[in-house]
Amino acid sequence: MATSLRCFLRSGKKAVLVAGRRGFQRSAPAGVQVTVRDALNQAMDEELERDERVFLMGEEVAQYDGAYKVSRGLWKKYGDKRVIDTPISEMGFAGIAVGSAMAGLRPICEFMTFNFSMQAIDQVINSAAKTYYMSAGLQAVPIVFRGPNGASAGVAAQHSQCFAAWYAHCPGLKVVSPWNSEDAKGLLKSAIRDDNPVVFLENELMYGVPFEMTEESQSKDFTVPIGKAKIERPGNHITLVSHSRFVGHCLDAAAVLAKEGIECEVINLRTIRPMDVESIEASVMKTNHLVTVEGGWPQFGVGAEICARIMEGPAFNYLDSPVTRVTGVDIPMPYAKTLEENSLPQVKDIIFSVKKTLNV
Amino acid sequence: MKTMLAIISKALCRITGKNVGARVVVARKFADFTPQATFDIKKCDLHRLEAGPPVRAELTREQGLQFYRTMQTVRRMELKADQLYKQKIIRGFCHLYDGQEACAAGIEAAITPSDHLITAYRAHGYTYTRGVSVKQILAELTGRKGGVAKGKGGSMHMYAPHFYGGNGIVGAQVPLGAGIALACQYQGNNQVCVTLYGDGAANQGQIFETFNMAALWKLPCIFICENNQYGMGTSVERAAASTDYYKRGDFIPGLRVDGMDVLCVREAAKFAADHCRAGKGPIVMELQTYRYHGHSMSDPGVSYRTREEIQEVRSKNDPISMLKERMLSSKMASAEEFKEIDTEIRKEVDDAAQFSTSDPEPPLEDLCNHVFCSDPPLDVRGVHPWSRLKSVS
Repeated sequence: MATSLRCFLRSGKKAVLVAGRRGFQRSAPAGVQVTVRDALNQAMDEELERDERVFLMGEEVAQYDGAYKVSRGLWKKYGDKRVIDTPISEMGFAGIAVGSAMAGLRPICEFMTFNFSMQAIDQVINSAAKTYYMSAGLQAVPIVFRGPNGASAGVAAQHSQCFAAWYAHCPGLKVVSPWNSEDAKGLLKSAIRDDNPVVFLENELMYGVPFEMTEESQSKDFTVPIGKAKIERPGNHITLVSHSRFVGHCLDAAAVLAKEGIECEVINLRTIRPMDVESIEASVMKTNHLVTVEGGWPQFGVGAEICARIMEGPAFNYLDSPVTRVTGVDIPMPYAKTLEENSLPQVKDIIFSVKKTLNV
Repeated sequence: MKTMLAIISKALCRITGKNVGARVVVARKFADFTPQATFDIKKCDLHRLEAGPPVRAELTREQGLQFYRTMQTVRRMELKADQLYKQKIIRGFCHLYDGQEACAAGIEAAITPSDHLITAYRAHGYTYTRGVSVKQILAELTGRKGGVAKGKGGSMHMYAPHFYGGNGIVGAQVPLGAGIALACQYQGNNQVCVTLYGDGAANQGQIFETFNMAALWKLPCIFICENNQYGMGTSVERAAASTDYYKRGDFIPGLRVDGMDVLCVREAAKFAADHCRAGKGPIVMELQTYRYHGHSMSDPGVSYRTREEIQEVRSKNDPISMLKERMLSSKMASAEEFKEIDTEIRKEVDDAAQFSTSDPEPPLEDLCNHVFCSDPPLDVRGVHPWSRLKSVS
């Protein structure tokens, strides 16, 4: 992938076609650069077109084209009925979205950021997540709650929290956390087609990042399965597990470490709940070392859960050292740039942790 | 008159050897009763409405008997639940509806099965009027596999087609109800959603958020506040700066209705449904009603109100007695008929109670099922790492 990226940057799309394995495809370029934002937009556009029960509601999603422009163009194309601007009433409109799902529609409920979902968390957990169980299968709730999650840049404590651990704690919810454009598009399409409540955690800093997307992923039926992790980079010496933006940090760290002869296997979780523990276990049984990387706080977090699961499973006996968690600092997010930078895992922190874990 | 008919009938039977006489008596019996009557009902207080529901309500003998049957069934079912709770066969929360039967019966008579309804936790009455049998309700309360939610939901989480529970979190059902109404509007099916809440819930912020959106988008939602004067142990005067719950929708028109009179409730609900179906947007209805029991089975209900007050309502305002008296005084039915219905209902409730105490609990294999819908089987972690359970959709 790195090679084709360099080729593309030097000589445009045609170079990618040649460098890619699909040399015989003459109709369209194999890969195309798509930002995460556009990938999400495509996913919603395609699903709105495919199923008329699907609709989007949230603050500024329609006429403003989305607070982060993720829903750009959708209101113009689909109109007031399918793309609905709501007043600033999270608890109210989240409940309305859940109710509409109970009565046969397939809503996408956007929270401008997941920090505001706390206003509505009762509707997500008690009205959406638990209902299929409480009704013993009589009442399904096919809804997607999506929006940016975790730290942005300089938005301070109340706007920077990561909710992966909070939502992933609850049975009845699926929690998805894409990293790149293929993740974003494929997982959002799966989430919309899923008959269950799905919390879809995006990342504001990733919206503008372009990634190469395969031709296959351009198809309107392309989906990425929920509940399956992806090995972004194979390696033999140590396993790095991450989700969302920090997958990129892990890959950067892996590139630096490779020069020193340390080959990291980087796993992109893609789904937090249900977590694909089997993929992590298989990797650990090969590499014997594990480092988890996340932006959220350490206590009771995603890394903590991975540690516990590894201990309870077959991979524990293959560990040559305890699992290392690399997390956000256990403080509310500060505003000043240097403080903020030092509140989140940086590439150097991952490199440091890998070497410590390997005892090199 | 009746004895004479009985004598004639027996004589006819002996003469003809056939049961002709019986038919004669039966035919005469029906002709004695008024098939339909019109009653004066209390005028509703109006908010932002030029005109309200009619002040006279028609009642056919058939519908009257049906109302009686429905309300008496709910009454007896709730009293049976009280009994089972005191025997510790029903556990946890149990919020009884006796006293408020006219609300559920009147509303159901004004809407159709394809309309939608959602309420809070005092839900047994609505679960019944929306089509779930007494048997399935009691078995759910006792946590058996024959319960409507297979024993996994309990008192506050019973569901049926177009009935969305049964909701435990005070006020949360109101946005849900508006969402159901949104779906009706979206699908263009001319259906409405009846969204109920209590006087206690009426102070929840999410209700006002919902009022705003429902009015903004003209959702076909009938918001109904069942004001039974007490939110748990707090009287309305102690909880609300304004106890005019029918006005609390502000820009949404409202009516205040005598919730103890099933005909009043029916007429008001019909008025409200017509309002919504005409595309005029939501409407708020306050039903003034009363619960005989405390807030739940753990509340005797007499620390914040007097026994005299409860007794007064029972003797002067009981919804079932009021209907019965109306029908008797208009000669729409006989006391024997009501007694017969009572006997039938007693048997139905007793049989249901028998089932609810003898049906087995859901099997342990069912523990983890129904976490997700339409999914392949899922592994679920049990109490310890060696307990690996399975969840089937």
